[in-house]
Amino acid sequence: MQVPSHFEYERAADVEQVLALLARYGPEARVVAGGHSLLPMMKLRLAAPDALIDINDVSELSYIRVERDELLIGTLVRHAELLDSPVAAEHFPIFREAERVIADPLVRNRGTVGGSLCQADPSEDLSAAFAAVRASAVIRNAEGSRTVPLREFHVGPYETVVGDGELLTEFRVPIKPGGSSAYEKVGRRAGDWALAAAGAAIWLDGGNVADVGIGLTAVGAAHFVAAEAEEYLRGRPADDESFAQAGRIAAEHCRPTADQRGPVDYKRHLAGELTTRALRRAAERART
Amino acid sequence: MTETPQHHGFGSMRRKEDARFIRGRGTFVDDIKLPGMLHGAILHSPHAHARILSVDTGAAEAHPKVKAVITGEVLAAMGLAWMPTLSGDVQAVLATDKVRFQGQEVAFVIAEDHYSARDAIELINVEYDALPVVSDARTAMDEEAPVIRDDLEGRTDNHIFDWEAGDRARTDEVFAGADVVLSQDMLYPRVHPAPLETCGIVADMDKVTGKLTVWATTQAPHAHRTLYALVTGLPEHKIRVISPDIGGGFGNKVGIYPGYVCSIVGSIVTGKPVKWMEDRSENLMTTSFARDYHMSGSIAATRDGKVLGVRVTTLADHGAFNGTAQPTKFPAGFFHVFTGSYDMQAAHCEVTGVYTNKAPGGVAYACSFRITEAVYLVERLIDLLAAELDVDPAELRLKNLLQPEQFPYTCATGWEYDSGDYATTLRLALDMAGYDALRKEQAEKRARGELMGIGISFFTEAVGAGPRKHMDIMGLGMADGAELRVHPTGKAVLRISVQSQGQGHETTFAQIVAEELGIPADDVEVVHGDTDQTPFGLGTYGSRSTPVSGAATAVVTRKVRERARLVAGAMLEADPGDLEWDAGRWFVRGDRTSGVTIQQIAMAAHGDLELPEGVEGHLDATTVYNPPNLTFPYGAYICVVDVDAGTGKVSVQRFIAVDDCGVRINPMIVEGQVHGGLADGIGMALMQVMAFDEQGNHLGASFMDYLLPTSMECPSWELGATVTPSPHHPLGAKGVGESATVGSPAAVVNAVVDALKPYGVRHADMPLTPANVWRTIQGSPFRTDLAIT
Repeated sequence: MQVPSHFEYERAADVEQVLALLARYGPEARVVAGGHSLLPMMKLRLAAPDALIDINDVSELSYIRVERDELLIGTLVRHAELLDSPVAAEHFPIFREAERVIADPLVRNRGTVGGSLCQADPSEDLSAAFAAVRASAVIRNAEGSRTVPLREFHVGPYETVVGDGELLTEFRVPIKPGGSSAYEKVGRRAGDWALAAAGAAIWLDGGNVADVGIGLTAVGAAHFVAAEAEEYLRGRPADDESFAQAGRIAAEHCRPTADQRGPVDYKRHLAGELTTRALRRAAERART
Repeated sequence: MTETPQHHGFGSMRRKEDARFIRGRGTFVDDIKLPGMLHGAILHSPHAHARILSVDTGAAEAHPKVKAVITGEVLAAMGLAWMPTLSGDVQAVLATDKVRFQGQEVAFVIAEDHYSARDAIELINVEYDALPVVSDARTAMDEEAPVIRDDLEGRTDNHIFDWEAGDRARTDEVFAGADVVLSQDMLYPRVHPAPLETCGIVADMDKVTGKLTVWATTQAPHAHRTLYALVTGLPEHKIRVISPDIGGGFGNKVGIYPGYVCSIVGSIVTGKPVKWMEDRSENLMTTSFARDYHMSGSIAATRDGKVLGVRVTTLADHGAFNGTAQPTKFPAGFFHVFTGSYDMQAAHCEVTGVYTNKAPGGVAYACSFRITEAVYLVERLIDLLAAELDVDPAELRLKNLLQPEQFPYTCATGWEYDSGDYATTLRLALDMAGYDALRKEQAEKRARGELMGIGISFFTEAVGAGPRKHMDIMGLGMADGAELRVHPTGKAVLRISVQSQGQGHETTFAQIVAEELGIPADDVEVVHGDTDQTPFGLGTYGSRSTPVSGAATAVVTRKVRERARLVAGAMLEADPGDLEWDAGRWFVRGDRTSGVTIQQIAMAAHGDLELPEGVEGHLDATTVYNPPNLTFPYGAYICVVDVDAGTGKVSVQRFIAVDDCGVRINPMIVEGQVHGGLADGIGMALMQVMAFDEQGNHLGASFMDYLLPTSMECPSWELGATVTPSPHHPLGAKGVGESATVGSPAAVVNAVVDALKPYGVRHADMPLTPANVWRTIQGSPFRTDLAIT
């Protein structure tokens, strides 16, 4: 059995208490919710926080709802809840598709949306999905709160803008008419991390692309976004040819690294292939 | 609740052991908790090859909860720094001079709790001097390759053995005269058995009685007891090995690991019981791997598709210590059964074993001593030949399969196959698959640009090791004992040497007694996994339990029956020679109303009935079964896949498996074994490999990197059966535990290669991951056993 080194453990009841505990324990404290990334790292002794602040009782962070023209997702929402959410699926089918291929039911029952984003694994699926739909993140601290576009949320692998003493509390996704979304992922088997994955959100204006968001994961795309492909598509006909070209552009601009999941040329190819497929399906949905 | 009917004899019945497993009431090694028990943890080498300059254990020893720190030096003082392997080599228990693979055991900490032991590991300071590494077997024999085993006197290279089988000259002759000769290099990559329960031990040395009791994850408790006696010098009767419930073995739990020896030493040193349980990474990095065969195979045939011969040269990567588990005479296991299921004139193989900076072990993982590799080789060659001749692979197989009248059949490398009706089995599989319709569907899909593949594998296994004159492990012959006691009320206790790791022995073996004695299987208790309570035998691996211990059980039960005949004669006042047996009763020939049941006989045998001169009373019996030959189960497997050319992703659509394992004692358990093995096969074919980079780093040391298949990758299995009894097994049964693992990978690979035919693909090495398949389509496959760059 793999066992972690010594740590203190606190259980918080609300956001105020989380912030107070973060202040008390300082930068070597970590927030734990589902624990499906942090605990394995601790057991492998890749992480050795002084203290864990358990937020599983902070039920105020557990909601999915529409307010005005935004979908709001609390950060303590479990993957399984987002997967099963009719309101999320109604506006953004990408979430259901991404969640369906994240890990396995056990992890999805426990792991949280906020935890996944804060872990900031370069192969994480929701980062690409949230980037595609241009979500923003709400971060609370002792002074109040700030809102950061998802596309500025990640600083690098395993690094985000959430600072010491801060807590990620909410995602906000703008709802606009005339659009839909889709997610495409390839792994070596069910529950595997992505070899590459692409999420697309598209808004149509007649036969043309009015706006588009393309998220990529596991291929070294800056901020999980295929920005050049998005730019190319805006205003173009929403057809196979445009989507194929957008895929080529996405492939060209990502920066995958080789590992046992695959060599660079394969991952680059896959980034393009999956971008094209996701765009095609998102557009099909937007038309109906 | 419906009551389960009492079950007499063979047939599907629910497993007796599952009552405790599904209630969480099993007792596994990690469930053993003894008063005062201490906990061990191992410090592993981060380097694949390095000289040890110093080991500083001061800080670890100063940890308040640490009781002892054992290093290679401590063991050396006791003469225990090295231990013999199952292949006549030696292996470091704890490294003294060098570390030779990443993860090698360097020190053992014993503490009051597992957490403290693990914490103290980090307080040990080892100074290493890194050395050049051999991580690619193909470079092991290079002039400039570093010598890994400089501990062995006079060793100047990394060569372990050369071994050959078959007739080289005759094979050359056959090849020279053939119309068609095809050759293909193929790798069977290094994989791991990865049982759900990792390896572990609780060692308890009682200094007062001098008795060592060991609870360990072992597939071979008796062999372990003898080896502990030979290695440590402890008297064998003062060693008791208990193998409690075991969570999967697959060959991983055949050998003795350094952690076991360290725990025993730890218990001797501290006077307290010591527990050591591996974690997942330790299991994947240090314990018995399987395969790692680099094969260059060739097949010779006539223009019209008659196979004439097969030959192969193999480079076998054995890791840093030659620790493969197999009968002594066969350094390449039973690999030379690679002529498979086909009638051919000649065959020859050469195998060269080499040392590399990787973990030792070998053979493990449900392979029947390297028959997995052999089946993969010949089944790929047959498909290559079919593609070359543009003949349907099913038709080519039917043309070359051994015919029923050829049995017993002695193959070109000397194995005597016991029985078979191969074509019937293949035809059944083809029918179940709807083979012609599948080929039609494939043609339609190809016309639409979609990739569909159909792969066939026809395998012959050789299991049930084995005849004593041919087979031993470290000098221990491979015969199994069995003891059967029948209590006065007619309930029975069977004691056997083989140890279940999930195979359902408590049910299957009870059913054998039930069948032979005419009593309900629920009236038979099976005792196993405890050397103080069971007769000697070599353990469970190589699908040997039913062929060897199953036979022993039948024989011992028949002995009991014969003893009962004598008692029944006294009861019926008849000549025992005039009695007939039927369904649990002896009766006077011709008078079926006259009989006495085995229960009545048992009571009489223990009662005051006057017995004839020379009849002992009681019914108990013992036996030892020395198998006259191996048994040769076989099967026809058909796999159907779709391949996404854009992503390289393979999805298995259907899998048809027709197994012939002779008489089936519990068909439900047989099917369960086949289900598991087929999943193994999909795992190996599509996702599993332990690759190593140039520094010898293990690139599959967790379940994030070393993938096991899930139900999502497995189709709903379509199983069929034919029954061709073994002529020499008392029940006509053959082993089945490994059949599906042995037979299925070739079917999957053949299916994928078939799907890729439009791209001119002839072969692709396992695992067929999306990246590997896509690169194969591009014409630039990579080596799957090395780091991907």
